[in-house]
Amino acid sequence: MPSYLVKRLGYHAVLLLAAVCLSYLLASLALDPRSYYEGRQPPLSPAAVDHHLTALGLDDHQPLRERFLHWADRALLHGDLGRTIDGTSVDAEFGRRIGVSLRLLLAGTVLGTVAGVLAGAWTAVRQYRFSDRAVTVISFALLSTPVFLLAILLKTGAIWFNQTTGTDLIQFTGEKSPGVDGGFWTVLGDRAVHLLLPTLSVALFALAGYSRYQRSSMLDVLGSDYLRTARAKGLGRRAVLLRHGLRTALIPMSTYFSYGFLALFTGATFTETIFGWHGMGEWFVNSIGKNDVNSVVAVNIFAAVTVLFSGFLADLLHAALDPRIRKTS
Amino acid sequence: MSPLLDITSLDVDFGGEAAVRDVNLTLDRGEVLGLVGESGSGKSVTALSVLGLLPRNATARGSIRLDGTELLGAGERALTRIRGDRAAMVFQDPLSAFTPVHRIGDQIAEAVRAHRDIGREQARTRAVELLDLVGIPEPALRAKAFPHEFSGGMRQRAMIAMAMAGEPDLILADEPTTALDVTIQAQILDVLRTAQRETGAAVLLVSHDLGVIAGTADRVAVMRDGRIVEQGTAAEVFHRPREPYTRQLLAAVPRIDAPREPRPPTGGTVLKVRGLTRTFPVLKGTVVKRRTGTVYAVDGVDLDVRRGETLALVGESGSGKSTTLFELLELAAPEGGTVELFGQRLGSLTPAEAKALRRRVQIVFQDPMASLDPRMPVGDIIAEPLRTQGADRAAVARRVPELLTQVGLDPAHADRFPHQFSGGQRQRVGIARALSVAPELLVLDEPVSALDVSVQAGVLDLLRRLKEELGLAYLFVSHDLSVVRNIADRVSVVYLGRTVEAGPVDEVFARPRHPYTQALLSAVPLPDPERERERQRSRILLAGDPPSPTRRYDGCRFRTRCPLYVQLTVDEQKRCAHDVPGFEQDGAACHFPRARTVL
Amino acid sequence: MTTATRPAPAAAPTGRSALVLRRFLRNGSALTGAVVLVLLFLLAFLGPYLTPWSYSHIDYGALRSAPGPDHWWGTNRIGQDVFAQTVRGLQKSLIIGLLVAVLATGLASLVGACAGYFGGWTDRLLMFCVDLLLVFPSFLVIAIVSPRLRSGGWFAFVALLTVFAWMITARVVRSMTLSLKEREFVRAARYMGVGPFRIIWRHVLPNVASFLVIDATIQVGGAVMSETALSYFGFGVQPPDVSLGTLIASGTGAAITYPWMFFFAAGLLVVFVLAVNLVGDGLRDALDPTAEGAAR
Repeated sequence: MPSYLVKRLGYHAVLLLAAVCLSYLLASLALDPRSYYEGRQPPLSPAAVDHHLTALGLDDHQPLRERFLHWADRALLHGDLGRTIDGTSVDAEFGRRIGVSLRLLLAGTVLGTVAGVLAGAWTAVRQYRFSDRAVTVISFALLSTPVFLLAILLKTGAIWFNQTTGTDLIQFTGEKSPGVDGGFWTVLGDRAVHLLLPTLSVALFALAGYSRYQRSSMLDVLGSDYLRTARAKGLGRRAVLLRHGLRTALIPMSTYFSYGFLALFTGATFTETIFGWHGMGEWFVNSIGKNDVNSVVAVNIFAAVTVLFSGFLADLLHAALDPRIRKTS
Repeated sequence: MSPLLDITSLDVDFGGEAAVRDVNLTLDRGEVLGLVGESGSGKSVTALSVLGLLPRNATARGSIRLDGTELLGAGERALTRIRGDRAAMVFQDPLSAFTPVHRIGDQIAEAVRAHRDIGREQARTRAVELLDLVGIPEPALRAKAFPHEFSGGMRQRAMIAMAMAGEPDLILADEPTTALDVTIQAQILDVLRTAQRETGAAVLLVSHDLGVIAGTADRVAVMRDGRIVEQGTAAEVFHRPREPYTRQLLAAVPRIDAPREPRPPTGGTVLKVRGLTRTFPVLKGTVVKRRTGTVYAVDGVDLDVRRGETLALVGESGSGKSTTLFELLELAAPEGGTVELFGQRLGSLTPAEAKALRRRVQIVFQDPMASLDPRMPVGDIIAEPLRTQGADRAAVARRVPELLTQVGLDPAHADRFPHQFSGGQRQRVGIARALSVAPELLVLDEPVSALDVSVQAGVLDLLRRLKEELGLAYLFVSHDLSVVRNIADRVSVVYLGRTVEAGPVDEVFARPRHPYTQALLSAVPLPDPERERERQRSRILLAGDPPSPTRRYDGCRFRTRCPLYVQLTVDEQKRCAHDVPGFEQDGAACHFPRARTVL
Repeated sequence: MTTATRPAPAAAPTGRSALVLRRFLRNGSALTGAVVLVLLFLLAFLGPYLTPWSYSHIDYGALRSAPGPDHWWGTNRIGQDVFAQTVRGLQKSLIIGLLVAVLATGLASLVGACAGYFGGWTDRLLMFCVDLLLVFPSFLVIAIVSPRLRSGGWFAFVALLTVFAWMITARVVRSMTLSLKEREFVRAARYMGVGPFRIIWRHVLPNVASFLVIDATIQVGGAVMSETALSYFGFGVQPPDVSLGTLIASGTGAAITYPWMFFFAAGLLVVFVLAVNLVGDGLRDALDPTAEGAAR
């Protein structure tokens, strides 16, 4: 691996560490786990509340500095993120939910990105024709619809569809139907039906954004001198547009991939909550409501790692696509 | 026999605006036709329309026949068959003309395969052969390089190799040497002539440089405002031009063999530079930068400028000319060496002294569009140095119209923006800005190289007049030796960041002593077909490109390309390899200087 | 200094702004967007005076009533007038969006220009902050912090949104500054002895202004989207105040049975962001002299 990538990884590690520590401090300052226990029915005795808090490492009689050092020692050195406010292991919860979130994000992102890149390149070639205008209008409309609203609309549409047709064809709650048993294909089919709407809402969002970026990047390339050279040497239209045009127009996209992932991640939080997927996003919304510091920090770590990792992937992609940054002679 | 290329009454419009009008041209097999004109004359558009490569918003009417086949209005499919196969194109800027993500060899192989039914491997082999033919060393290795890893000259060679791939009958060369240095230009024109000999192709050579056309073209067509104003054999057009425009154009070209008036005596020293050095780190990485090497941009420059004198600083791109200027103008202590401005040594100035010094030294930049803030009216632009020096409003209001008149502009235009002026006028604004605080030394960084010849002549006249009227001293940086001969009193030549020769212009141009100066002078094309062809026979062609400035050289840094070095004895060569040749005022940094007449 | 009394350079290019305006007006969709924006603003700020109902007033005689002459856009499940509520929510969302966009763009241009112009450690430090804030999932942090700032009211919410909205713009401004810094007119100013902050103010910022204008426009849309999303989940505007986000949240469950509770707010939100995006895109074409579509 080129050493500049190693250095880049190092820089990312520093950023991650800073982000994680800050998010612990921020969560400890802003959230009030004591109120969660005090609000319990039947009421707990003050001693019982203190007992619970101490067990979680969240005893607010202790100075913040000590709580932080204790947490940092456990979390950063031993990989133990502590317990949720309901007493279960954060690590276990993390492991359970991470797969759910990634499944949703990955399928949607990959689908949306590929479709967006193709749509963008195609519309650039057909600039100002009807198909370009149509795709432009659609992507603008999609970009103007917040993800949560898009998800609600999809869900509402599905309810309406099911009601009208009198079936349960489209599922929109959870990632599987309770009690579905049977062969591999039944389970797979059930999962796929559940995956449909959430994936679509993530994918549509990605598609709309990337198609706009790819369109403008492709338009820049279409006016370039080297495309003229490729035509001048007698290459066919397909070779000119794909081998020389799209191939080069992909380079600036790698930067957008890393930024785009941020927005997608935020979008996924909404998507999960609205479609009732028990992933990271839903966990986060719930744990803020419960003032659950340890869980909130865990989700923050996940988010930061995802963002940094996608940034790193974007760097790798950029290096793979562009020989100019790969090496200098 | 019918002509190979026959263009009749060609009109080209860009979105309704006329770019080319009623152009008629014919080109026979094996012939070289030079198409010459200033920017915007429609010469490149004419060449591009032959292969149907005009931008989308252009429309062409008339007829273009290649060997009897009508090309205008032919479908994309038919044109694709002809492009690269029957007619090939060499473009101006070879960096943007190659796809950055594919290897040079692959791009040439692609051109080979576009019209021949041969395998990938065979095409690659052919690409390497072609690279060899255009004089690229180690072609098999270099074929695997990406375009950004090639120097400008190498890219242009590769571009010519690509054009030769389909063995075309016609090569259209659109300003093939414009982006290149004069010694590289000489090489490329040589390669182009070789390519023509090898393929027997006819060449349509488009250029704004009359010297380039004179040395290469059999026939010449002169274009102006989209029309052909004059056409004829090279000898006719250059020696017996019929049209006033052609005469005007020829008269405006600064010539390296022009006679010179005697120069008035000069006063005391205003600028003295000794052994100036400046290095830049080579950085890699996007976020975490790390230093992977050093660029020795300036590595031993000596300069002396006297009151009322023009010193020309001459060198090729990358030789450190501009860096030298910027180092002077920072008014900070130089990294190495000494700089004395008006007797004050840089590095020990108080802020007040530096500010006072700023008034006495001003700069005019190369690209007038880039050096004027596009968002400011020219009145404000000209007033900026005045205001910085603390002039009050009354003084500014009085001075701005005065300055505009002085540089030949209408004072009423002070509230216009730079983009509302022509290139030459913008450069006059740049000069007025520099003059606003009544400086004594004017630093001019390639002030006319972005301008057309007829405009260039006007700006040079203005500079000469101002110098006489105001008693200015100029430090004039240029790569164009013809301009230098036209305006400078003394000249200093730099190679790879180091001064190699200096002296009075008359002396250096008549009897250059350093082999590099000799090669530079010899490479300048003359706008005179007979003399230029004669010069071509005795031209000193330097091998290869200037070596990389990222390393330091033992001994003489020119020896890798020196035509004299190869003639020396082994002992003499040893001396060149180990001892750095010293440089004295008005001398040549060469161990074995031999004066040689090259003009 | 006497020179400071001159008009700012940004105001001066009359010829250019007329050109930009002409190009903008020729762009059909951008013009439509602009007209829609004006209408939405009129609706948001004049709407409350048109209806006898206030947004918090409860009409016990009309629970969940469909749109009619009495309640133009119907009422919600506790009998509040949907028109009054939507108009009020629109007003809040617009103000928040505009403020966040202006503040974030200002902050971004300041940080970006300084980082780019000064380079060195200033640059490294500022860019580390940018990266750090980018790594922080902004939505998460706002969600954690905003309930604590309830006492600060919606302005604290605006500040929070701003803090997480400027980083990418700052990066772009920084890279534009880096290239501007090497441009000859900036060099020229430097060699004349003009001070660094004055160069940033007079030469750098005016030359990134067109990008900033476009970006601020797009930011308005982004800020409104963030605001509504956070409010939807209960982390933003707090009851009894309403914004489009809280209205959508309360209307979601009834989207099919009582569509007026949901679709007026949702529709206005989409229309507003769409109009902003169209205007931004039109501005981009109008301000960019090389844009092919704009030349015609």
